[in-house]
Amino acid sequence: MKRPFSYKLNIFIFLLPALALFVGVLIAPIIVSTYYSFHNWNGLTTPEFIGFKNYVELFTSKSINITRALKNAMLLAVFSCFIQLPFALWLALRLARGVKGGRFFLSVFFMPVLISTVVIGQLWLKIYNPDYGVLNLLLRSLGLEKWTRVWLGSKDTALGAAFVPILWQYVGYHMLLMFAGIKGVPPELSEAAMLDGCTPGQVSRYIVIPYIRPILRVSVIFAVTGSLKSFDLIYVLTNGGPNHATEVPSTLMINMLFLRNRYGMGSTIAVMLIVLCFVFALLINMAFKEEKGR
Amino acid sequence: MSKKAYRAPDAPRKITWQSATAYAILVIWALISLFPVYWMLTFSLKTNPEIFGENVMGLPKYWVWANYDRALNTGNMPRYFLNSLIVAVSTIMITLVASVMATYAMTRLEWKNRKRMNKFFMLGLTVPIHASIVPLYTTLSKVHLLNTLWALIIPYSAFSLAMGILIATGFMGDIPYDLDEAAFLDGCGVWGIFFRVIAPLMTPAVATVGIYTFLQCWNELMFANVFVTAPQWRTLPVGVQALSGQYTTEWGPIGAALSIATIPTLIVYIFLSRRIQDSFIAGAVKG
Repeated sequence: MKRPFSYKLNIFIFLLPALALFVGVLIAPIIVSTYYSFHNWNGLTTPEFIGFKNYVELFTSKSINITRALKNAMLLAVFSCFIQLPFALWLALRLARGVKGGRFFLSVFFMPVLISTVVIGQLWLKIYNPDYGVLNLLLRSLGLEKWTRVWLGSKDTALGAAFVPILWQYVGYHMLLMFAGIKGVPPELSEAAMLDGCTPGQVSRYIVIPYIRPILRVSVIFAVTGSLKSFDLIYVLTNGGPNHATEVPSTLMINMLFLRNRYGMGSTIAVMLIVLCFVFALLINMAFKEEKGR
Repeated sequence: MSKKAYRAPDAPRKITWQSATAYAILVIWALISLFPVYWMLTFSLKTNPEIFGENVMGLPKYWVWANYDRALNTGNMPRYFLNSLIVAVSTIMITLVASVMATYAMTRLEWKNRKRMNKFFMLGLTVPIHASIVPLYTTLSKVHLLNTLWALIIPYSAFSLAMGILIATGFMGDIPYDLDEAAFLDGCGVWGIFFRVIAPLMTPAVATVGIYTFLQCWNELMFANVFVTAPQWRTLPVGVQALSGQYTTEWGPIGAALSIATIPTLIVYIFLSRRIQDSFIAGAVKG
């Protein structure tokens, strides 16, 4: 602290690698993307400035149909928040309370997260295969022939069928985050409550869950923004089909960019996604803060 | 694990119908979690007639190792695996160094705006990778890094950074400031404190950040699909996807390719899972 200049220089050196990566790969490209989103550009010629035309087209064009893509993504977010996360929390609480083989369960539940999404997608493609897939074979062997479907190939079931593996894969991820949080709860707190006569359920509800709020908030943010950004499994399973029934913003964006060479419009979708993720993260943060104040 | 159970120390463990149902759900979910992998491993060793009806769920009757031979030799799987490994290891190293250094500057060194800087980095948690796909694509092609592994390592590191800093901040907060002060009084400068005090105590964070970053880049498909089109630089996800497109009707070789992509990860996971849990428990004990 005797030499303020070298001290400041050191701070800068410590920050430099992270800052360079962060600004170069995240911040600057966002600005550039925003710039492209106001242009008509096929990636080769010079971009032509067209103002808000891309945005207007994005939200009005029937052939792009961004509303359907957003609706699909939001539906996934709802499933994620109201089915996947509560289930993950339940698993984490159960395992943290100590059950026989707890470590084994924890490892097994987390395992799908480790497997490449393409592998998972290919496996589920085969599970859903109308002729030889395990799902239809199982239904047939149970005598439920009429329940068999072309799961990923028909408009009515494709979206639901595509959501199942997405939700299935990341249950373990959220569970692990929450489990780690629960392990951080000071044992004295829950022990005291137990001695005061609380049931394990009450301890979870009144001590553990309030204590791990910060982690729950992170989980909710990941679930919602993750749904908005979802790409991998949809791309492998349906690539937006059949007849665009499972289109999400990301698949639309990739189509615009690399099938139709509409870099301007692709950037517009990207910018819309950034804004949406940001707004949702803010809203969720606010919701969690407000409840804390009560 | 049961040591940390929040149960009154002298309360007997009773088997109620509730706990039995809960246990049944745990077992069923474990089976659901394991089933796709079990199924993959078995059908990777079967012939088409077995897969398609004679013996769908059971263990293979004749172990068809030829499936693996085809996936390895005509499918180029070893190359994809190596590419993925190089990308993952490089990304983890860059992310670790950058995030631990930045966290140190933002939590242990005194300066104006350090909180604001931390918030700035946390923006990275919500920025989707989509945001930079077009500018990165054009920039990478301009500097001729498209179709190299750098085209993946650099973006992956940048996108893992926010989480790395978040995790590192949590762990660094557990290190008492007295240690810094003691080291300072012993004549350590900013760098001495970093290398002698902070860095050695960050090992639990190293495991956590490393695992998180690994997951991010090992699974990533969008960038890998777009920035690398040359077959020799494909990562596993893209390679497996391409291979599956080639062998649509022959499930055996596809199953073998999927297994080759997965088995090493599973073997490593047996070791990693202990490290994940130990590092989390170590962090929890401190906190």
